[in-house]
Amino acid sequence: MTAVPAPAIRVEGLKKRFGTQEVLRGVDLAVAPAELMVVIGRSGGGKSVLLRHLLALVRPDAGRVVIDGQDVAALHGRALDGIRERFGVVFQGGALFDSSTVLENVLFPIRERRRFAPTDLVPRAQEALAQVGLAEMGHKYPAEISGGMRKRVAIARALVTEPQVVFLDEPTTGLDPILVNSIHHLIVGLHRKYGFTAVMVSHEIPEIFQIASRVAMLHEGRIHAVGTPAEIQDSTDPAVRRFIHGEVEER
Amino acid sequence: MPGSLVLDGVQSLGRYGIRTLASLGRFGMFLGEALLWAVVPPFKARQALQRIWFVGLRSLSVILLTGAFTGMVLGLQGMLMLQRVGSEAFVGPLVAIALVRELGPVLAALMVTGRAGSALAAEIGVMRITEQIDALTVMALNPMRYLVVPTLVAGVVTLPLLAWIFDVVGIYGGYLVTVKLFGMSSGTYFGQIRAFLDTGDIWVGFWKALVFGLIIAWVACYKGFHVGHGAEGVGRATTEAVVLASVLILVVDYFLGSVLP
Repeated sequence: MTAVPAPAIRVEGLKKRFGTQEVLRGVDLAVAPAELMVVIGRSGGGKSVLLRHLLALVRPDAGRVVIDGQDVAALHGRALDGIRERFGVVFQGGALFDSSTVLENVLFPIRERRRFAPTDLVPRAQEALAQVGLAEMGHKYPAEISGGMRKRVAIARALVTEPQVVFLDEPTTGLDPILVNSIHHLIVGLHRKYGFTAVMVSHEIPEIFQIASRVAMLHEGRIHAVGTPAEIQDSTDPAVRRFIHGEVEER
Repeated sequence: MPGSLVLDGVQSLGRYGIRTLASLGRFGMFLGEALLWAVVPPFKARQALQRIWFVGLRSLSVILLTGAFTGMVLGLQGMLMLQRVGSEAFVGPLVAIALVRELGPVLAALMVTGRAGSALAAEIGVMRITEQIDALTVMALNPMRYLVVPTLVAGVVTLPLLAWIFDVVGIYGGYLVTVKLFGMSSGTYFGQIRAFLDTGDIWVGFWKALVFGLIIAWVACYKGFHVGHGAEGVGRATTEAVVLASVLILVVDYFLGSVLP
Protein backbone atom coordinates (compact mmCIF):
# COMPACT_ATOMS: atom_id res chain seq x y z
CA MET A 1 0.00 0.00 0.00
CA THR A 2 1.21 3.50 -0.74
CA ALA A 3 1.64 5.94 2.13
CA VAL A 4 -1.11 8.53 1.96
CA PRO A 5 -0.30 12.13 2.88
CA ALA A 6 -2.93 14.46 4.33
CA PRO A 7 -5.89 13.44 2.20
CA ALA A 8 -7.89 15.81 0.09
CA ILE A 9 -10.93 13.56 0.49
CA ARG A 10 -11.61 11.29 3.43
CA VAL A 11 -14.68 9.09 3.75
CA GLU A 12 -15.24 7.70 7.24
CA GLY A 13 -17.72 5.02 8.24
CA LEU A 14 -20.25 6.00 5.59
CA LYS A 15 -23.54 4.13 5.89
CA LYS A 16 -26.65 4.43 3.76
CA ARG A 17 -29.83 2.42 3.62
CA PHE A 18 -32.67 2.75 1.10
CA GLY A 19 -35.73 1.07 2.57
CA THR A 20 -34.66 -2.40 3.59
CA GLN A 21 -31.58 -2.38 1.37
CA GLU A 22 -28.32 -1.45 3.07
CA VAL A 23 -26.23 -0.07 0.20
CA LEU A 24 -23.24 1.31 2.09
CA ARG A 25 -22.24 -0.51 5.26
CA GLY A 26 -19.36 1.60 6.56
CA VAL A 27 -17.21 2.88 3.71
CA ASP A 28 -13.75 4.17 4.63
CA LEU A 29 -11.62 5.69 1.91
CA ALA A 30 -8.83 8.27 1.74
CA VAL A 31 -7.95 10.04 -1.49
CA ALA A 32 -4.69 11.99 -1.56
CA PRO A 33 -4.38 15.42 -3.19
CA ALA A 34 -3.83 15.23 -6.96
CA GLU A 35 -4.53 11.52 -6.96
CA LEU A 36 -6.72 9.81 -9.58
CA MET A 37 -8.66 7.29 -7.50
CA VAL A 38 -10.79 4.83 -9.43
CA VAL A 39 -13.58 3.08 -7.55
CA ILE A 40 -14.52 -0.27 -9.04
CA GLY A 41 -17.17 -2.74 -8.03
CA ARG A 42 -20.14 -4.66 -9.32
CA SER A 43 -23.05 -2.93 -10.99
CA GLY A 44 -25.64 -1.95 -8.42
CA GLY A 45 -23.02 -2.27 -5.69
CA GLY A 46 -23.31 1.33 -4.52
CA LYS A 47 -20.49 3.05 -6.45
CA SER A 48 -22.72 5.79 -7.77
CA VAL A 49 -24.39 6.13 -4.35
CA LEU A 50 -20.93 6.65 -2.84
CA LEU A 51 -20.17 9.30 -5.45
CA ARG A 52 -23.48 11.06 -4.76
CA HIS A 53 -22.47 11.23 -1.10
CA LEU A 54 -19.17 12.88 -2.05
CA LEU A 55 -21.21 15.49 -3.97
CA ALA A 56 -23.61 15.89 -1.02
CA LEU A 57 -26.52 15.02 -3.32
CA VAL A 58 -27.40 12.29 -0.82
CA ARG A 59 -27.04 12.57 2.96
CA PRO A 60 -25.57 9.58 4.81
CA ASP A 61 -27.33 7.71 7.62
CA ALA A 62 -23.98 7.68 9.43
CA GLY A 63 -20.39 8.67 8.76
CA ARG A 64 -18.56 11.64 7.29
CA VAL A 65 -17.28 12.86 3.95
CA VAL A 66 -14.42 15.25 4.61
CA ILE A 67 -13.19 17.27 1.65
CA ASP A 68 -10.37 19.68 2.38
CA GLY A 69 -11.09 19.55 6.09
CA GLN A 70 -14.85 20.15 5.81
CA ASP A 71 -17.55 17.56 6.37
CA VAL A 72 -19.70 18.07 3.26
CA ALA A 73 -22.43 15.85 4.69
CA ALA A 74 -23.00 18.45 7.39
CA LEU A 75 -22.81 21.53 5.14
CA HIS A 76 -25.84 23.39 3.83
CA GLY A 77 -26.67 26.49 1.81
CA ARG A 78 -23.86 28.90 1.01
CA ALA A 79 -21.17 26.85 2.77
CA LEU A 80 -22.04 23.82 0.65
CA ASP A 81 -22.18 25.92 -2.52
CA GLY A 82 -18.78 27.33 -1.57
CA ILE A 83 -17.15 23.91 -1.62
CA ARG A 84 -19.14 22.76 -4.66
CA GLU A 85 -17.74 25.68 -6.63
CA ARG A 86 -14.41 23.88 -6.43
CA PHE A 87 -15.90 20.70 -7.94
CA GLY A 88 -16.12 19.54 -11.51
CA VAL A 89 -18.53 16.68 -12.15
CA VAL A 90 -18.96 14.39 -15.15
CA PHE A 91 -22.25 12.53 -14.83
CA GLN A 92 -22.89 9.09 -16.25
CA GLY A 93 -25.02 10.22 -19.17
CA GLY A 94 -23.21 13.55 -19.49
CA ALA A 95 -26.19 15.47 -18.05
CA LEU A 96 -25.80 18.13 -20.72
CA PHE A 97 -28.58 20.72 -20.86
CA ASP A 98 -30.36 19.51 -23.97
CA SER A 99 -32.08 22.79 -24.77
CA SER A 100 -28.71 24.58 -25.00
CA THR A 101 -25.96 24.25 -27.59
CA VAL A 102 -22.64 22.58 -26.81
CA LEU A 103 -20.94 25.97 -26.42
CA GLU A 104 -23.73 27.29 -24.17
CA ASN A 105 -23.40 24.16 -22.04
CA VAL A 106 -19.70 24.81 -21.47
CA LEU A 107 -20.30 28.54 -21.01
CA PHE A 108 -23.07 28.03 -18.48
CA PRO A 109 -21.08 27.36 -15.27
CA ILE A 110 -18.55 30.12 -15.88
CA ARG A 111 -21.14 32.68 -16.97
CA GLU A 112 -23.33 32.05 -13.94
CA ARG A 113 -20.54 32.03 -11.37
CA ARG A 114 -19.16 35.38 -12.51
CA ARG A 115 -15.63 34.51 -11.51
CA PHE A 116 -14.22 35.50 -14.89
CA ALA A 117 -14.39 38.72 -16.92
CA PRO A 118 -17.36 38.75 -19.34
CA THR A 119 -15.09 39.17 -22.37
CA ASP A 120 -13.09 36.15 -21.25
CA LEU A 121 -16.04 33.73 -21.17
CA VAL A 122 -16.46 32.65 -24.79
CA PRO A 123 -12.69 32.23 -25.47
CA ARG A 124 -12.43 30.21 -22.26
CA ALA A 125 -15.32 27.93 -23.23
CA GLN A 126 -13.95 27.52 -26.74
CA GLU A 127 -10.54 26.63 -25.34
CA ALA A 128 -12.15 23.99 -23.11
CA LEU A 129 -13.92 22.53 -26.14
CA ALA A 130 -10.70 22.58 -28.14
CA GLN A 131 -8.97 20.64 -25.36
CA VAL A 132 -11.44 17.78 -25.76
CA GLY A 133 -11.14 17.98 -29.55
CA LEU A 134 -14.51 19.54 -30.23
CA ALA A 135 -13.58 23.09 -31.22
CA GLU A 136 -15.88 22.97 -34.26
CA MET A 137 -18.92 21.55 -32.49
CA GLY A 138 -19.95 24.52 -30.34
CA HIS A 139 -23.05 25.38 -32.38
CA LYS A 140 -24.54 21.88 -32.25
CA TYR A 141 -27.13 20.64 -29.77
CA PRO A 142 -26.33 17.63 -27.54
CA ALA A 143 -28.87 15.51 -29.46
CA GLU A 144 -26.98 16.20 -32.71
CA ILE A 145 -23.64 14.76 -31.60
CA SER A 146 -22.51 11.20 -30.84
CA GLY A 147 -22.38 9.58 -27.40
CA GLY A 148 -18.59 9.84 -27.27
CA MET A 149 -18.73 13.54 -28.14
CA ARG A 150 -21.33 14.17 -25.43
CA LYS A 151 -18.96 12.65 -22.86
CA ARG A 152 -16.21 14.95 -24.11
CA VAL A 153 -18.48 17.98 -23.82
CA ALA A 154 -19.35 16.90 -20.28
CA ILE A 155 -15.63 16.72 -19.47
CA ALA A 156 -15.07 20.16 -21.00
CA ARG A 157 -17.97 21.58 -18.96
CA ALA A 158 -16.60 20.00 -15.77
CA LEU A 159 -13.10 21.40 -16.32
CA VAL A 160 -13.90 24.87 -17.65
CA THR A 161 -14.26 26.23 -14.09
CA GLU A 162 -10.73 25.05 -13.21
CA PRO A 163 -11.93 22.72 -10.44
CA GLN A 164 -9.70 21.38 -7.69
CA VAL A 165 -11.65 18.16 -7.32
CA VAL A 166 -13.16 16.26 -10.25
CA PHE A 167 -15.71 13.49 -9.94
CA LEU A 168 -16.45 11.18 -12.84
CA ASP A 169 -19.36 8.75 -12.77
CA GLU A 170 -18.67 5.99 -15.30
CA PRO A 171 -17.57 8.44 -17.98
CA THR A 172 -17.11 5.70 -20.60
CA THR A 173 -20.30 3.66 -20.20
CA GLY A 174 -21.79 2.65 -23.51
CA LEU A 175 -18.75 3.51 -25.63
CA ASP A 176 -16.77 1.19 -27.90
CA PRO A 177 -13.25 0.12 -26.77
CA ILE A 178 -11.49 2.66 -28.97
CA LEU A 179 -13.59 5.50 -27.57
CA VAL A 180 -13.10 4.20 -24.03
CA ASN A 181 -9.36 4.43 -24.48
CA SER A 182 -9.54 7.85 -26.06
CA ILE A 183 -11.67 9.21 -23.18
CA HIS A 184 -9.30 7.63 -20.64
CA HIS A 185 -6.35 9.15 -22.48
CA LEU A 186 -8.07 12.52 -22.36
CA ILE A 187 -8.80 12.24 -18.62
CA VAL A 188 -5.23 11.26 -17.81
CA GLY A 189 -3.81 14.06 -19.95
CA LEU A 190 -6.02 16.67 -18.28
CA HIS A 191 -5.30 15.22 -14.84
CA ARG A 192 -1.56 15.51 -15.43
CA LYS A 193 -1.92 19.01 -16.82
CA TYR A 194 -4.10 20.45 -14.06
CA GLY A 195 -3.19 18.25 -11.08
CA PHE A 196 -6.72 18.08 -9.62
CA THR A 197 -7.81 15.37 -7.22
CA ALA A 198 -10.07 12.97 -9.05
CA VAL A 199 -12.49 10.26 -8.01
CA MET A 200 -13.77 8.15 -10.87
CA VAL A 201 -16.31 5.39 -10.71
CA SER A 202 -15.80 2.84 -13.44
CA HIS A 203 -16.02 -0.79 -14.37
CA GLU A 204 -13.75 -0.61 -17.38
CA ILE A 205 -11.43 -3.45 -16.41
CA PRO A 206 -8.56 -3.80 -17.27
CA GLU A 207 -8.38 -0.34 -18.96
CA ILE A 208 -8.57 1.65 -15.71
CA PHE A 209 -5.40 -0.03 -14.39
CA GLN A 210 -3.44 2.02 -16.93
CA ILE A 211 -4.78 5.36 -15.77
CA ALA A 212 -5.53 5.13 -12.04
CA SER A 213 -3.14 6.36 -9.36
CA ARG A 214 -4.89 3.95 -7.05
CA VAL A 215 -7.87 1.65 -7.28
CA ALA A 216 -10.46 0.97 -4.58
CA MET A 217 -12.88 -1.91 -4.81
CA LEU A 218 -16.33 -1.49 -3.30
CA HIS A 219 -17.72 -4.86 -2.30
CA GLU A 220 -20.75 -5.64 -0.18
CA GLY A 221 -21.09 -2.04 0.97
CA ARG A 222 -17.49 -1.60 2.11
CA ILE A 223 -14.12 -0.79 0.52
CA HIS A 224 -12.84 -4.32 0.24
CA ALA A 225 -9.42 -3.51 -1.20
CA VAL A 226 -7.45 -0.43 -2.08
CA GLY A 227 -4.04 -0.11 -3.67
CA THR A 228 -2.04 0.74 -6.76
CA PRO A 229 -3.21 -0.86 -10.01
CA ALA A 230 -0.36 -3.37 -9.75
CA GLU A 231 -1.30 -4.29 -6.17
CA ILE A 232 -4.94 -4.81 -7.11
CA GLN A 233 -4.06 -6.82 -10.20
CA ASP A 234 -1.71 -9.06 -8.21
CA SER A 235 -4.11 -9.39 -5.30
CA THR A 236 -4.72 -12.90 -4.06
CA ASP A 237 -8.02 -11.91 -2.44
CA PRO A 238 -10.70 -14.16 -3.92
CA ALA A 239 -13.36 -11.40 -4.23
CA VAL A 240 -10.93 -9.09 -6.02
CA ARG A 241 -9.73 -11.86 -8.31
CA ARG A 242 -13.27 -12.89 -9.13
CA PHE A 243 -14.19 -9.33 -10.00
CA ILE A 244 -11.19 -8.34 -12.10
CA HIS A 245 -10.98 -11.64 -13.92
CA GLY A 246 -14.73 -11.79 -14.45
CA GLU A 247 -15.04 -15.22 -12.87
CA VAL A 248 -18.56 -16.39 -12.20
CA GLU A 249 -19.22 -16.87 -8.50
CA GLU A 250 -19.91 -20.47 -7.51
CA ARG A 251 -22.81 -20.86 -5.15
CA MET B 1 -58.34 -14.17 12.27
CA PRO B 2 -60.93 -11.42 11.88
CA GLY B 3 -59.31 -9.38 14.67
CA SER B 4 -55.95 -9.21 12.93
CA LEU B 5 -57.69 -8.49 9.62
CA VAL B 6 -59.30 -5.42 11.17
CA LEU B 7 -55.96 -4.42 12.67
CA ASP B 8 -54.27 -4.82 9.27
CA GLY B 9 -56.96 -2.68 7.71
CA VAL B 10 -56.53 0.06 10.30
CA GLN B 11 -52.75 -0.11 9.91
CA SER B 12 -52.80 0.22 6.14
CA LEU B 13 -55.35 3.01 6.39
CA GLY B 14 -53.05 4.79 8.86
CA ARG B 15 -50.05 4.26 6.61
CA TYR B 16 -51.99 5.65 3.65
CA GLY B 17 -53.07 8.65 5.71
CA ILE B 18 -49.53 9.39 6.87
CA ARG B 19 -48.15 9.00 3.35
CA THR B 20 -50.82 11.33 1.96
CA LEU B 21 -50.17 13.92 4.67
CA ALA B 22 -46.41 13.71 4.13
CA SER B 23 -46.73 14.19 0.38
CA LEU B 24 -49.12 17.11 0.91
CA GLY B 25 -46.52 18.61 3.23
CA ARG B 26 -43.78 18.17 0.63
CA PHE B 27 -46.04 19.70 -2.00
CA GLY B 28 -46.66 22.76 0.18
CA MET B 29 -43.04 23.11 1.25
CA PHE B 30 -41.95 22.98 -2.39
CA LEU B 31 -44.03 26.09 -3.11
CA GLY B 32 -42.84 27.75 0.10
CA GLU B 33 -39.21 27.19 -0.84
CA ALA B 34 -39.78 28.41 -4.39
CA LEU B 35 -41.50 31.59 -3.15
CA LEU B 36 -38.58 32.19 -0.82
CA TRP B 37 -36.09 31.90 -3.68
CA ALA B 38 -38.30 34.20 -5.75
CA VAL B 39 -37.50 37.11 -3.42
CA VAL B 40 -33.77 36.40 -3.04
CA PRO B 41 -31.70 38.08 -5.76
CA PRO B 42 -30.16 37.59 -8.30
CA PHE B 43 -33.20 37.06 -10.52
CA LYS B 44 -32.85 34.97 -13.63
CA ALA B 45 -34.60 37.28 -16.10
CA ARG B 46 -33.32 35.39 -19.13
CA GLN B 47 -34.76 32.08 -17.90
CA ALA B 48 -38.03 33.80 -16.94
CA LEU B 49 -38.37 35.33 -20.42
CA GLN B 50 -37.77 31.93 -22.01
CA ARG B 51 -40.50 30.46 -19.83
CA ILE B 52 -42.91 33.33 -20.60
CA TRP B 53 -42.29 32.68 -24.27
CA PHE B 54 -42.93 28.98 -23.78
CA VAL B 55 -46.02 29.25 -21.58
CA GLY B 56 -47.51 32.39 -23.09
CA LEU B 57 -46.75 32.85 -26.72
CA ARG B 58 -46.92 29.21 -27.64
CA SER B 59 -50.31 28.83 -25.96
CA LEU B 60 -51.71 31.82 -27.82
CA SER B 61 -53.22 30.02 -30.83
CA VAL B 62 -55.15 27.55 -28.69
CA ILE B 63 -56.39 30.42 -26.48
CA LEU B 64 -57.58 32.40 -29.52
CA LEU B 65 -59.41 29.38 -30.92
CA THR B 66 -61.10 28.24 -27.71
CA GLY B 67 -61.86 31.84 -26.67
CA ALA B 68 -63.67 32.55 -29.94
CA PHE B 69 -65.78 29.40 -29.81
CA THR B 70 -66.61 29.79 -26.12
CA GLY B 71 -67.90 33.29 -26.82
CA MET B 72 -69.86 32.04 -29.82
CA VAL B 73 -71.47 29.24 -27.80
CA LEU B 74 -72.34 31.67 -25.00
CA GLY B 75 -73.80 34.08 -27.53
CA LEU B 76 -75.84 31.36 -29.19
CA GLN B 77 -77.19 29.74 -26.03
CA GLY B 78 -77.71 33.13 -24.35
CA MET B 79 -79.64 34.37 -27.35
CA LEU B 80 -81.84 31.26 -27.54
CA MET B 81 -82.53 31.41 -23.82
CA LEU B 82 -83.11 35.15 -23.48
CA GLN B 83 -85.32 35.26 -26.58
CA ARG B 84 -87.77 33.04 -24.70
CA VAL B 85 -88.17 35.65 -21.99
CA GLY B 86 -87.84 38.57 -24.36
CA SER B 87 -84.64 39.91 -22.77
CA GLU B 88 -82.17 39.29 -25.58
CA ALA B 89 -80.74 42.80 -25.08
CA PHE B 90 -78.87 41.35 -22.08
CA VAL B 91 -76.99 38.72 -24.04
CA GLY B 92 -73.92 41.02 -24.22
CA PRO B 93 -73.52 41.32 -20.43
CA LEU B 94 -74.23 37.61 -20.07
CA VAL B 95 -71.42 36.71 -22.45
CA ALA B 96 -69.01 39.31 -21.06
CA ILE B 97 -69.55 38.67 -17.34
CA ALA B 98 -69.49 34.89 -17.72
CA LEU B 99 -66.23 35.18 -19.64
CA VAL B 100 -64.48 37.80 -17.55
CA ARG B 101 -65.36 36.41 -14.12
CA GLU B 102 -65.38 32.71 -14.82
CA LEU B 103 -64.83 31.11 -18.18
CA GLY B 104 -61.90 33.25 -19.34
CA PRO B 105 -59.59 32.45 -16.43
CA VAL B 106 -60.78 28.85 -15.97
CA LEU B 107 -60.77 27.76 -19.60
CA ALA B 108 -57.53 29.61 -20.39
CA ALA B 109 -55.94 27.91 -17.37
CA LEU B 110 -57.20 24.48 -18.42
CA MET B 111 -55.90 25.05 -21.96
CA VAL B 112 -52.50 26.17 -20.66
CA THR B 113 -52.42 23.16 -18.32
CA GLY B 114 -52.90 20.84 -21.27
CA ARG B 115 -50.64 22.74 -23.59
CA ALA B 116 -47.77 24.00 -21.39
CA GLY B 117 -48.22 22.40 -17.95
CA SER B 118 -47.79 18.90 -19.34
CA ALA B 119 -44.77 19.93 -21.41
CA LEU B 120 -43.16 21.66 -18.42
CA ALA B 121 -43.65 18.61 -16.19
CA ALA B 122 -42.18 16.37 -18.88
CA GLU B 123 -39.23 18.69 -19.52
CA ILE B 124 -38.34 19.02 -15.84
CA GLY B 125 -38.93 15.28 -15.33
CA VAL B 126 -36.48 14.46 -18.12
CA MET B 127 -33.99 16.92 -16.63
CA ARG B 128 -34.34 15.09 -13.32
CA ILE B 129 -33.81 11.56 -14.67
CA THR B 130 -30.92 12.58 -16.94
CA GLU B 131 -29.20 14.22 -13.93
CA GLN B 132 -29.39 17.73 -15.43
CA ILE B 133 -30.93 18.99 -12.17
CA ASP B 134 -28.12 17.31 -10.20
CA ALA B 135 -25.64 18.94 -12.58
CA LEU B 136 -27.11 22.35 -11.73
CA THR B 137 -26.95 21.53 -8.01
CA VAL B 138 -23.30 20.47 -8.05
CA MET B 139 -22.41 23.55 -10.10
CA ALA B 140 -23.64 25.39 -6.97
CA LEU B 141 -26.45 26.81 -9.11
CA ASN B 142 -29.73 26.37 -7.29
CA PRO B 143 -32.32 24.55 -9.46
CA MET B 144 -35.10 26.38 -7.59
CA ARG B 145 -33.65 29.66 -8.81
CA TYR B 146 -32.92 28.45 -12.33
CA LEU B 147 -35.94 26.27 -13.05
CA VAL B 148 -38.78 26.72 -10.62
CA VAL B 149 -38.83 30.48 -9.94
CA PRO B 150 -38.74 31.42 -13.67
CA THR B 151 -41.60 28.98 -14.30
CA LEU B 152 -43.69 30.43 -11.46
CA VAL B 153 -43.02 33.94 -12.74
CA ALA B 154 -44.07 32.89 -16.23
CA GLY B 155 -47.29 31.35 -14.90
CA VAL B 156 -48.20 34.40 -12.86
CA VAL B 157 -47.38 36.86 -15.65
CA THR B 158 -48.88 35.04 -18.62
CA LEU B 159 -52.12 33.60 -17.27
CA PRO B 160 -53.82 36.98 -16.58
CA LEU B 161 -52.76 38.17 -20.05
CA LEU B 162 -54.00 34.99 -21.72
CA ALA B 163 -57.27 35.17 -19.77
CA TRP B 164 -57.82 38.76 -20.96
CA ILE B 165 -57.10 37.73 -24.53
CA PHE B 166 -59.55 34.86 -24.07
CA ASP B 167 -62.17 37.33 -22.75
CA VAL B 168 -61.76 39.83 -25.58
CA VAL B 169 -61.79 37.19 -28.30
CA GLY B 170 -64.78 35.53 -26.61
CA ILE B 171 -66.73 38.79 -26.47
CA TYR B 172 -66.10 39.26 -30.20
CA GLY B 173 -67.16 35.63 -30.75
CA GLY B 174 -70.43 36.42 -29.00
CA TYR B 175 -70.73 39.58 -31.14
CA LEU B 176 -70.33 37.49 -34.28
CA VAL B 177 -73.27 35.25 -33.36
CA THR B 178 -75.65 37.79 -31.81
CA VAL B 179 -75.00 40.72 -34.16
CA LYS B 180 -74.03 39.06 -37.42
CA LEU B 181 -76.22 35.94 -37.12
CA PHE B 182 -79.22 37.05 -35.05
CA GLY B 183 -79.15 40.63 -36.31
CA MET B 184 -78.91 42.44 -32.97
CA SER B 185 -77.49 45.95 -33.23
CA SER B 186 -73.88 46.19 -32.23
CA GLY B 187 -74.72 49.30 -30.18
CA THR B 188 -77.03 47.23 -27.98
CA TYR B 189 -74.52 44.42 -27.62
CA PHE B 190 -71.58 46.60 -26.58
CA GLY B 191 -73.69 49.26 -24.86
CA GLN B 192 -75.19 46.73 -22.47
CA ILE B 193 -71.75 45.25 -21.80
CA ARG B 194 -70.49 48.72 -20.88
CA ALA B 195 -73.49 49.25 -18.63
CA PHE B 196 -73.19 46.01 -16.68
CA LEU B 197 -69.56 44.92 -16.70
CA ASP B 198 -67.61 46.76 -13.99
CA THR B 199 -63.99 46.85 -12.93
CA GLY B 200 -64.79 44.55 -9.99
CA ASP B 201 -65.53 41.74 -12.47
CA ILE B 202 -62.24 42.38 -14.23
CA TRP B 203 -60.34 42.22 -10.93
CA VAL B 204 -62.00 38.93 -10.00
CA GLY B 205 -60.90 37.48 -13.33
CA PHE B 206 -57.41 38.86 -12.85
CA TRP B 207 -56.89 37.35 -9.39
CA LYS B 208 -58.27 34.01 -10.50
CA ALA B 209 -55.98 33.87 -13.54
CA LEU B 210 -52.98 34.83 -11.43
CA VAL B 211 -53.66 32.09 -8.89
CA PHE B 212 -54.30 29.55 -11.66
CA GLY B 213 -50.99 30.50 -13.30
CA LEU B 214 -49.24 29.85 -10.01
CA ILE B 215 -51.01 26.49 -9.62
CA ILE B 216 -50.07 25.30 -13.11
CA ALA B 217 -46.39 26.20 -12.68
CA TRP B 218 -46.23 24.86 -9.12
CA VAL B 219 -47.82 21.50 -9.98
CA ALA B 220 -45.80 21.05 -13.18
CA CYS B 221 -42.49 21.81 -11.43
CA TYR B 222 -43.33 19.66 -8.40
CA LYS B 223 -44.35 16.65 -10.48
CA GLY B 224 -41.30 17.08 -12.72
CA PHE B 225 -38.95 17.33 -9.73
CA HIS B 226 -40.42 14.24 -8.07
CA VAL B 227 -40.55 12.07 -11.15
CA GLY B 228 -40.24 8.26 -10.90
CA HIS B 229 -37.89 6.15 -12.97
CA GLY B 230 -37.40 6.21 -16.72
CA ALA B 231 -39.76 7.11 -19.53
CA GLU B 232 -42.70 5.58 -17.69
CA GLY B 233 -42.03 7.85 -14.70
CA VAL B 234 -41.98 10.92 -16.94
CA GLY B 235 -45.25 9.83 -18.57
CA ARG B 236 -46.88 9.35 -15.21
CA ALA B 237 -45.59 12.67 -13.87
CA THR B 238 -46.99 14.45 -16.93
CA THR B 239 -50.42 12.87 -16.56
CA GLU B 240 -50.51 13.52 -12.83
CA ALA B 241 -49.50 17.14 -13.36
CA VAL B 242 -52.36 17.72 -15.82
CA VAL B 243 -54.96 15.96 -13.66
CA LEU B 244 -53.86 17.57 -10.39
CA ALA B 245 -53.58 21.06 -11.87
CA SER B 246 -57.00 20.78 -13.58
CA VAL B 247 -58.70 19.57 -10.41
CA LEU B 248 -56.99 22.21 -8.27
CA ILE B 249 -58.00 24.95 -10.74
CA LEU B 250 -61.68 23.96 -10.56
CA VAL B 251 -61.69 23.56 -6.77
CA VAL B 252 -59.81 26.80 -6.15
CA ASP B 253 -62.09 28.54 -8.66
CA TYR B 254 -65.10 27.73 -6.53
CA PHE B 255 -63.47 29.03 -3.36
CA LEU B 256 -62.08 32.15 -5.02
CA GLY B 257 -65.50 32.72 -6.56
CA SER B 258 -67.10 32.70 -3.14
CA VAL B 259 -64.41 34.83 -1.46
CA LEU B 260 -63.77 37.49 -4.10
CA PRO B 261 -66.45 40.26 -4.37
